[in-house]
Amino acid sequence: MTVFLAVLRRDLLLALRDGAGTWTVLGFFVIAVAVFPLGIGPEPQVLARIAPGVLWAMALLAALLSLDTLFEGDYRDGSLEILLSAELLPELLVLAKALAHWLATGLPLALAAPLLGVFLHLPGEAMPVLFASLLLGTPVLSLLGAVGAALALGARRATVLLAVMVLPLAAPVLIFGAGAVESAQTGLAAAPSLLILGGVALCALAVCPVAAAAALRQAVE
Amino acid sequence: MVAQALKAMHDTVLRVAQPARFVALAGAWIPWVSVAALVFLAAGLVEGLALSPPDYQQGETVRIMYVHVPAAWMGLFVYALVAGLGGVGLVGGHPLAFHAARAAAPLGAAFTAVCLVTGALWGKPMWGAWWVWDARLTSMLLLLFLYFGHIALSRAFDETRRGDKAAAVLGLVGCVNLPVVKFSVDWWNTLHQPASVMKLGGPSVDPAMLWPLLLMAGAFKLGFFALWLARTRTEVVEARLRAAAGRLRAEGGAR
Repeated sequence: MTVFLAVLRRDLLLALRDGAGTWTVLGFFVIAVAVFPLGIGPEPQVLARIAPGVLWAMALLAALLSLDTLFEGDYRDGSLEILLSAELLPELLVLAKALAHWLATGLPLALAAPLLGVFLHLPGEAMPVLFASLLLGTPVLSLLGAVGAALALGARRATVLLAVMVLPLAAPVLIFGAGAVESAQTGLAAAPSLLILGGVALCALAVCPVAAAAALRQAVE
Repeated sequence: MVAQALKAMHDTVLRVAQPARFVALAGAWIPWVSVAALVFLAAGLVEGLALSPPDYQQGETVRIMYVHVPAAWMGLFVYALVAGLGGVGLVGGHPLAFHAARAAAPLGAAFTAVCLVTGALWGKPMWGAWWVWDARLTSMLLLLFLYFGHIALSRAFDETRRGDKAAAVLGLVGCVNLPVVKFSVDWWNTLHQPASVMKLGGPSVDPAMLWPLLLMAGAFKLGFFALWLARTRTEVVEARLRAAAGRLRAEGGAR
């Protein structure tokens, strides 16, 4: 447990002191969302109609953007091998890393999304659902991303490879996340989509650490 | 008794799975399997294109189904096979499983692509659109993307074994999509029609159309098997050549 907390603390400190991580991801999110009104035009109805999908798709890309550094630094300087030989289970190591990644990127994305929703004329009653769906969905992105990042360690063109691997797996998150916001926007119940999203999150929590740990062991072999 | 039978099966598989033995066996099998595939293909094409009746609603376009449905089945089957081989390779560490998975993945991707393209060709006259974003089509497209990820990952490392192992993990994780593809037409109210062959209570397809479909399915499976054997054999030979080249280089350096 102490090792778990130490890894979590170390990764969070690195993300905070480096600063680039969180702010680059947020910057990308804001700019990428702002591109849509420029391309599509300023009509409020059109923007409100596409807002759930645009916000969710851009949050997905923003989270993906920060994944290649998840294990890369530790892999390069050899500390990954030391971490894997520590008394901490590799699965828990992955969990600590993914949690730190989520706190540094997923949570800020969820906090920033309602603000960008205002930009896109998303009605006020859909805002809590947007926040809730991102709060449930972004941990899945961090967990799936951990699998992808661990698999791509030492690969050629790792960043593109990561996107090709993780995007298809992340499709359900996008579908039900954006679906929940759209339901809330059109006055339908958002709970079914949110519940499925929660189920997906629990599945990812069970499967992803095991797969990522297997990939990490292969990488340092 | 069962344990003995399992042991015998295990021993047989291990004996066949020795790379040298596999190369010889594959060489003996490929011609026969290829001929069988061609016979099934000829029979299926004659049945499907000439002898079977046009559909009372779809007219002649129903014949697209004789390619589309077997391709879809193969797309799913080969993914499960690739994932299973990857799992066997990870647990048992047997190189032939990795060679076979590496050889099968592009074939599966090709079947999935054929399924999507023939589906589009059928969709345009029948639905009035090349593509709709319903659950069946979307999940099949995701299957194609999963194949792309698997193929890209398995070839992304200088050390082929690392690529094989990484792709095996990805293949197992991607298995979650298989039931989604299969049951998408039951879970959601899709434009794509529900299952009519593999379902409870037997097929609801008329025998005149079921026969050509099954013949084509046999042709696809046998054709896949022939190509898969040939590609796996190539992978095995290539790995041995690479190992021999490495040894030669090492000896040259020592001298």
